[in-house]
Amino acid sequence: MSALGRVVRAGVGRRRVQTAVMILTTLMAVTASVLAAGLLVASQAPFDHAFAQQHGAHLTGQFDGTKVTAPQLAATAHASGVTAAAGPFRTLSLRPRTTSGSDPLPAGADLPPMTVVGRASAGGPVDDTVLVDGTWATRPGQIVLAYGGLPLRPGAQLTFPDLPGSPTLTVVGVARSVTDTAEAWVAPAQAEALTAQGSTATYEMLYRFRHAGTDAQVAADRAAITAALPRGAMTGSQSYLTVKLQAVANTMAFVPFVAAFGVLGLLLSVLIIGIVVSGAVGAATRRIGILKSLGFTPAQVVRAYVAQALIPAAIGCVLGVVCGDLLAVPVLGDAGSAYGAGSLTVPLWVDVAVPAAALALVACAALAPALRAGRLRTVEAITVGRTPGAGRGRLVRRLTGRLPVPRAVSLGLANPFAHPARSATMAAAVAFGAVTVTFGVGLALTLGAVQSGRMLNSAGSVVVATGGGQQGPPGAQVVHVGGEPDAPKADPAEVTAALRTQKGTRGFYGTTQAQVSASGVTGATTVVAYQGDSSWGAPEMVSGAWLTGPGQAVVSTRFLRAAGIQVGDTVTLTERGRHVSVRIVGEAFFTVGEGMELLTPTSTLAALGLDSQPSRFNVETEPGTDLAGYLASLNASLDPTGAVAFANTSGTSDLIATMDALVGMLTLMLVAVAGLGVLNTVVLDTRDRVHDLGVLKALGMTPRHTVAMVLTSVAAIGLLAGAAGVPIGVALHAHVTPLMGDAAGITLPPSAISVYHLPDLALLALGGLVIALAGALLPAGWAARTGTATALRTE
Amino acid sequence: MTASAPVIDIRDVSRTYGEGPPALADVTLSVRAGEALAVLGPSGSGKSTLLNLIAGLDRPSTGSVMVDGLHVDELGEAASAKYRRAKIGMVFQFFNLLDDLTVTDNVLLPAQLAGMPRAEARTRAGDLLESLGIDRHARAYPGRLSGGERQRVAVARALMNRPALLLADEPTGALDTASGEDVRELLAELNADGQTIVLVTHDLGLAESCATRTIELVDGRIVRDVATLTVNR
Repeated sequence: MSALGRVVRAGVGRRRVQTAVMILTTLMAVTASVLAAGLLVASQAPFDHAFAQQHGAHLTGQFDGTKVTAPQLAATAHASGVTAAAGPFRTLSLRPRTTSGSDPLPAGADLPPMTVVGRASAGGPVDDTVLVDGTWATRPGQIVLAYGGLPLRPGAQLTFPDLPGSPTLTVVGVARSVTDTAEAWVAPAQAEALTAQGSTATYEMLYRFRHAGTDAQVAADRAAITAALPRGAMTGSQSYLTVKLQAVANTMAFVPFVAAFGVLGLLLSVLIIGIVVSGAVGAATRRIGILKSLGFTPAQVVRAYVAQALIPAAIGCVLGVVCGDLLAVPVLGDAGSAYGAGSLTVPLWVDVAVPAAALALVACAALAPALRAGRLRTVEAITVGRTPGAGRGRLVRRLTGRLPVPRAVSLGLANPFAHPARSATMAAAVAFGAVTVTFGVGLALTLGAVQSGRMLNSAGSVVVATGGGQQGPPGAQVVHVGGEPDAPKADPAEVTAALRTQKGTRGFYGTTQAQVSASGVTGATTVVAYQGDSSWGAPEMVSGAWLTGPGQAVVSTRFLRAAGIQVGDTVTLTERGRHVSVRIVGEAFFTVGEGMELLTPTSTLAALGLDSQPSRFNVETEPGTDLAGYLASLNASLDPTGAVAFANTSGTSDLIATMDALVGMLTLMLVAVAGLGVLNTVVLDTRDRVHDLGVLKALGMTPRHTVAMVLTSVAAIGLLAGAAGVPIGVALHAHVTPLMGDAAGITLPPSAISVYHLPDLALLALGGLVIALAGALLPAGWAARTGTATALRTE
Repeated sequence: MTASAPVIDIRDVSRTYGEGPPALADVTLSVRAGEALAVLGPSGSGKSTLLNLIAGLDRPSTGSVMVDGLHVDELGEAASAKYRRAKIGMVFQFFNLLDDLTVTDNVLLPAQLAGMPRAEARTRAGDLLESLGIDRHARAYPGRLSGGERQRVAVARALMNRPALLLADEPTGALDTASGEDVRELLAELNADGQTIVLVTHDLGLAESCATRTIELVDGRIVRDVATLTVNR
C-alpha cells in the first residue's frame, strides 16, 4: 500500500465516530434519493413503454349519434393537430349476466354496466390493442373482454337480459388497451345488432396528436375537434394523461415527500461531511505538519483528506442504493404488471447516477477544508499541538460569568462563541433536524387527515344496515347471485321511524348505491345516493357546495379530471336507456372507490328507474350518549324490521400506512444524522477543550457539573436552531403536500394542509433542543469520565 | 485540627499501571500541618503519581490515603471533586490557566464552583491578587502576562478556597530564573504564614529554599526523608 493509502486508512480508522456519521448521513441521503428518483422513473416506464408500443390514444372521445353522423366524425381525423385517428366505433352501455360459472363469478350473476365497442380488428393506427388470450371477435356471437376487467376467460358466456331476445355472446379473447378505450369489444355488425331499437346511437373516436405532452395541449387538441363538430356532439372525453395518472397515482404520491427527504438528506450530508473534514483538519494540524515534513506535497495532503471523506461516503452510497432499491419494491408493487412489464425495480442508471452525484457533492464538501490542510505552512503546523481558541468569545465569556447561574452553566453558555463557525454548522445540523421533524410530523398529521376524510361512510358513530341483497358499502360492486333468495330488505320508512323515536339520536341520513354509466368516464360509475339531511356527514369540500336538492352531484377532483369537466358542468348518467343529467355543484375530498364515485340525492336513482331506497343509515348520537346502551335499545326497536344497528368503524388504507411508515423511517434517519452531526461537533469541541476540562476538574468541577457544562453549550444553539427550523419545516410541508395531492390526482382540503396548531409548533420548536441535547449527551458523559490527570497531560 | 495533626497520612500505598513495575511501592508518609514537603526524584520515580493520589486524581492499588481526616482513596468522582474544592489548591508547571478567562475570572473559578457568595468571592479574589502583587492585571488575559505573573495567578487561584493543602507540581519548571526566584519566595512566604505545602520538583534549590522537609523517590520508593534547612526563610 502506498504512503498516501496508509495515511488515508489510518485517518478513517482513527476517527470511528466521524466515519460512522459520514456513512450514516450518505446512507440516508442516497436511500431517499434513490427511492424518489426510482419511483419517479420506474412507475411511469411501463405505461410510457406500452403507450408507445400500442400507439395509445391521446384522447378517447364519446359522441352523441343524434347530433353527429359517422362521416362527420371520420372527418375529424383531419382536424388541426391530429396525426392519427381510429373510428368512429359504435359504443353501447350494456348490463351483462354470467351464464357459465367460474371461480370468481358464479352463473347467473348480474354484473355492472360495461362499455362495449364495435371494432373490426385489434390493431390499427391508434390503440393497437394486444391480445392477451384467445382471438379477436370477428363474427356475431363473439365478444372480447378488456384485460383487468371481468375475470372471465375465453369460452365463458355472457347474456344481456335487458336487450330484446336476451342475446348471448361467447368470450373469444382478452385484450389489453393501454388507455382503457373499452371494457369489451364486439364485431361492428354485432354492435349494430345489440343496439336496442329506439335507443340513441353513440360513437367513440380515438385520436393521436402532434403535441400532447400536457393537459393544456390535450385540451387544445380536444377543442380543435369539438370546433369541427356540431355543438354538443362530444358527450365526453378521456385524456391519456388521466389514465396514466390513475395508473401511477399511488406510486407518484410518494415522490414529492421522498424527494424532499432526499434533498434534506443531501444538504445535511454536505454539511456534516464539511464539519467532519474541517474538524479533522483542525484537530490534526500537527499531523499534517509531520506529513509535510516527511515529504508529502500539498496535493497529496488534499487528496488524503478528500479520500478520508469519500471512503465512508462510498460505503454509505452502496448501502443507500441497496436500501433504496429494497424500499422501492413494496411501493412500486404491481404497478408494472398492469402493462405486462412484470414487477418493477429501480432502473440501473438511477442506482449509478444518484450515488455518483452524492459522491461528487461529498468531494466538493470535503475539498474546502482539505485545501486548507494543503495550504498549511509546515513549520507552523508542526509547532502547533492543538488549535487554540484565538481569543474568540472572550467578551461573551466575561458577560456570562456575571450571570446568576452556576459557573458550569455560564461556562457552557459561552462555549459556542469560542468557535463561531463550528457552532454555526452545529446550529445548521440541528435546524435540519428540526425542519425534518416538523415536516415529518406535518406529513403524519396530513396523512391522518386524509385517512379520516377518505371514506364516505365514516360519519356518525352508528350505522344501521337494512339488509337485503343489495346491501354493501359504498363503492363495492353489487352482484346479485342466483340460488338462495336474498334476505328481505328492511323497510326504510320503518327504520327512519325507529331512529326518530330513539332517545339519543341527534341526526341521520340514508344512502344507497348503484352502478351506472357516466358521460366522459369509461366503465361503470358507482353512484352513492343520499337521502335526508346529510350535510353533517358530508365529505370535506374542496370547492363548490354540498348537495342541497335534486339534480345535483358532488364528485372528487379525480373524477373531474377523468371526465374533463369542472364544477358547474353537467354529467349525464345512463341506465338501461334512461338518461339523467346532474349538475356538479361541488368538488369534495374522498379517495374511496379510487375517488371516482359520484354523490347525488336518491332522486337521481329514482329518475334512472333504480332502487332509491336507503340500504344504510349513518346516525349521529347526542353528545354523552352511551353507545352500547343506544345500540342495544335501537336494535330492540329495529328487530321487527330486520335492520341491524352497529358501531361505525372505518378501515385503514394500506397505502397511507405504507406512507406513514416511510415518513417515520426517513424522519428518524434524518434526525439521527442531525443528532450525530451534533455529537461529532461536540466531540471535536470536547477534544479541543480536554485540557481545560482537566483544569476545571482539578479545581473541583464535579462530573455532573461537567455534563451540565457540555449540555448547556449546545442547549442555546438547540433552542435557537429549533425555533428557526420549525417555520422552514412548516413552509416545506405547505409546499410538498399539495404536490402529493396533485401527483395522486386529488386536491387536498385545507384541513389536511393546515395541520399545525400553536401548541404543536411550540413542542416542535423544542425538538431542536432535544436533538442538540441527545447529540451532546454521549460526549458530555465522555467529558465527565475523562481522567483529570490524563486531561491535564493532554496538549 | 491542631498544628501538629497530620494533614496527609499515607499508609502502605502502592500504585501499579498494567503489567509494568509499580509507580509507587509501599509508600508510607505523614505530613503535618504547616509543613512544606518537597518531593524530589528523577523522571519516572513516582513524584507525580504521589501528588495525584493526594489530590484525589488517582487511586492507589493498595494502601490508604487520608487527607485532613478524609479517606481520599475511597471517594467517588463527585466527592473527589468536592474534596479538591474544599481542601486542595493546585499549582502546575504550565500554570493551567484558562486562556479565555481574565485573571480575576480564573481566580474566581474555585469559589464559584464551591458556591461561595459572589460578593465574598470577589472580595477574596481582590485581596489575593493584591497580596500577590498582580492586582493591576485583574482584567487582563493570562496570555499577556509573564511566566512569573501567570504562576502568581495560578497560586492565587489555588488559595481562593483557603485550602488545607497546597500542591505544587514543578511550579518553577517553566519559568526563567528571575520568575522562578519570584515564585520561590512566594511559596516560602505562604508556608511561613502557616500554609501546608507539598512541592514536587527537580529543582534542589527550590526544595532547599522553600521546604521544611524533603523526601526523595527512586523507582516508586522513598529513599530519603530529611528535614531541610531553609536558608532563605
